[in-house]
Amino acid sequence: MTADTSTVRSRGRARSDDPEKSLRANPAKILIGIVGMVVIVWFLANLFLAFGYHPEWFGNKIVIAILAIIGGVGGAALLFFFLNMFIEGLPSRLSQGAIPYAFILPGLFFVGLMLIYPTFQTINYSFANADSTAYVGLANYKTIFGDPEFWQSILNNVLWLLIVPAVVVAFGVIVAVLSDKLSANGEKASKSLIFLPMAISFVGATAIWGLVYAYNNPGQTQTGLLNAIWTAFGGQPQTWLQIETAKLNSILLMVILIWLQVGFAMVLLSSAIKGVPEDTIEAARIDGAGEFQIFWQVVIPQIKGTIITVFVTVFILVLKVFDIVYVSTNGAYNTNVIANLFFNKLFAASQAGQATAIVVVLLIAVIPLIWYQIKHFRDEEANR
Amino acid sequence: MSRALMKDGRPRSTFSIVTMSILALLWTIPTIGLLVTSFRTRDDAASSGWWTALFNPFSANWTTSNYSGAWTGADLGSGFINSIVVAIPATVIPIMFAAFAAYAFTFMEFPFKEFFFLLIIAVMVVPIQVAFQPMLNILGPRGLGISGQYIAVWLLHTGFGMPLCIYTLRNYMSTLPRSIVESAKIDGCSHYQTFWRLVVPMSIPAIAAFATLQFLWVWNDLLIAKLFLNSSNTTVIVKLQQLLGTQGQGAELLTAGAFISMIVPMLVFFALQRFMVRGLTSGAVKG
Repeated sequence: MTADTSTVRSRGRARSDDPEKSLRANPAKILIGIVGMVVIVWFLANLFLAFGYHPEWFGNKIVIAILAIIGGVGGAALLFFFLNMFIEGLPSRLSQGAIPYAFILPGLFFVGLMLIYPTFQTINYSFANADSTAYVGLANYKTIFGDPEFWQSILNNVLWLLIVPAVVVAFGVIVAVLSDKLSANGEKASKSLIFLPMAISFVGATAIWGLVYAYNNPGQTQTGLLNAIWTAFGGQPQTWLQIETAKLNSILLMVILIWLQVGFAMVLLSSAIKGVPEDTIEAARIDGAGEFQIFWQVVIPQIKGTIITVFVTVFILVLKVFDIVYVSTNGAYNTNVIANLFFNKLFAASQAGQATAIVVVLLIAVIPLIWYQIKHFRDEEANR
Repeated sequence: MSRALMKDGRPRSTFSIVTMSILALLWTIPTIGLLVTSFRTRDDAASSGWWTALFNPFSANWTTSNYSGAWTGADLGSGFINSIVVAIPATVIPIMFAAFAAYAFTFMEFPFKEFFFLLIIAVMVVPIQVAFQPMLNILGPRGLGISGQYIAVWLLHTGFGMPLCIYTLRNYMSTLPRSIVESAKIDGCSHYQTFWRLVVPMSIPAIAAFATLQFLWVWNDLLIAKLFLNSSNTTVIVKLQQLLGTQGQGAELLTAGAFISMIVPMLVFFALQRFMVRGLTSGAVKG
């Protein structure tokens, strides 16, 4: 790589400009750096403990809010400032080697603390009791595998995984292709409307769709949109989210997620479709291909990479789908999914052992995805 | 079938116009239903569908009492403020840390660089559920005792947003011309100066894109807020989830509450839509 050699060369040049500086440490900078970092951490810790235990010191909520934002953001900035001062104070040979790590380690520290360490600790806890204080061997796994609710959740999760990503991609492609044929304003407006749910929380979306699925007793006016349409065609009003036949209730919950995610798929696919070279389409047209043939044989192969990316992204999201089920049925009427089962074991039942065992099952399910991510990254780097 | 041309000379496609209109309508109707219902009185909402109010706007009883009821009575107002306090630092802090890391991954050579970056890519897919029991132990009464406070949630969102943020920013920074960074070095700038004066200003589009997405994720999050915030610090989304559980008395506040929780994300959406699009197209997968 040419970039590497030029880095070495220029670093050598910079050093030869000022030879003394590269040797000496700067104790003042080191000291200020360390003291600064310690003071910041100490001050922030006390500030936030004060927020928690003595909110009356600050008057009202708004004051706490503003102080918290300034403290949090400013504190992080100052922490970096002092860290850099500390590194710059080190003798140059040490500091040259240390700078990259000073840049990446604070970020990696968070990743390590919040994701990597907990992954192993969770595996560890899955062999421990309900409050993670003593080992119980495989008892948690025996309990969850013996629980019909667990298998029901796995089955539902598989259904979600089979249906949602595929439907989202299909809608995404349709919307992206059709909106591309509209006038500029029409395209912008229609895409905005379909994209809008992306900004809405899962909880908000469930509230919105709760109105669509609402039920009133027969004879009363139906205020739910679905029941209003259903009864207009002569049907009896239904409590939609309680219908287990053909997994209808699960499918109606999937509709909420599909509604939320099509905008995301559309955005990615639309930019991919706009990247398809016009002359490939023109050439096919001259060869006498119809619009449908052009779509399947010219456009789709060229956006295949994006389709896979969208599919995998939605797949990962669906694997952990929680909010919609938790808020709407909380797993009743056979709608439970793994992430909701986990939450209820951890939060409502206080069964940390079983909860972590469920997460381990989830972890095993994402291993192929980790492999895919790394492979995908390597391919992209090779093409860069 | 009309073969008329549009202004830009492409043929007008009736099929596309009709299908897209139907789809856009289908996607919008549920939200309109919520908005209309939130302005109706309890009795109206219980006795007729929201569309009747929309078709006869002058005979319907409109009210804003649902909003005042939800804001003060159901305490969504304090949840709203809490959401702001949670979301702003939880957006800014991870970006600050990640930008430094992305700079190092893009412009520096050091041992184990590829290993560290593959680690970041791998943990992007790890479900955040792995963190809950261990972090409840570390942050909770058995550990630091900060669980329930804002700072606990900031730390968690910083950790969970970090891999994706590093990845997105690094992807963007590697499209910047290396020659600029090289020449800054020759001019005697330290990495710290190069970072603040050159790379950060040039990376603003990517930073804004990620910030928009991270803000929405944090604002809309239920799981972390529910587990790691105590009831006086909890966010508007958790308050809304608690409202969703209520039947009968107070049920009319739900629609207004849902809309209160959606106002900020909607404003972000309409003001920063292009940043959102850019963030998503830069290859975002969140774990």
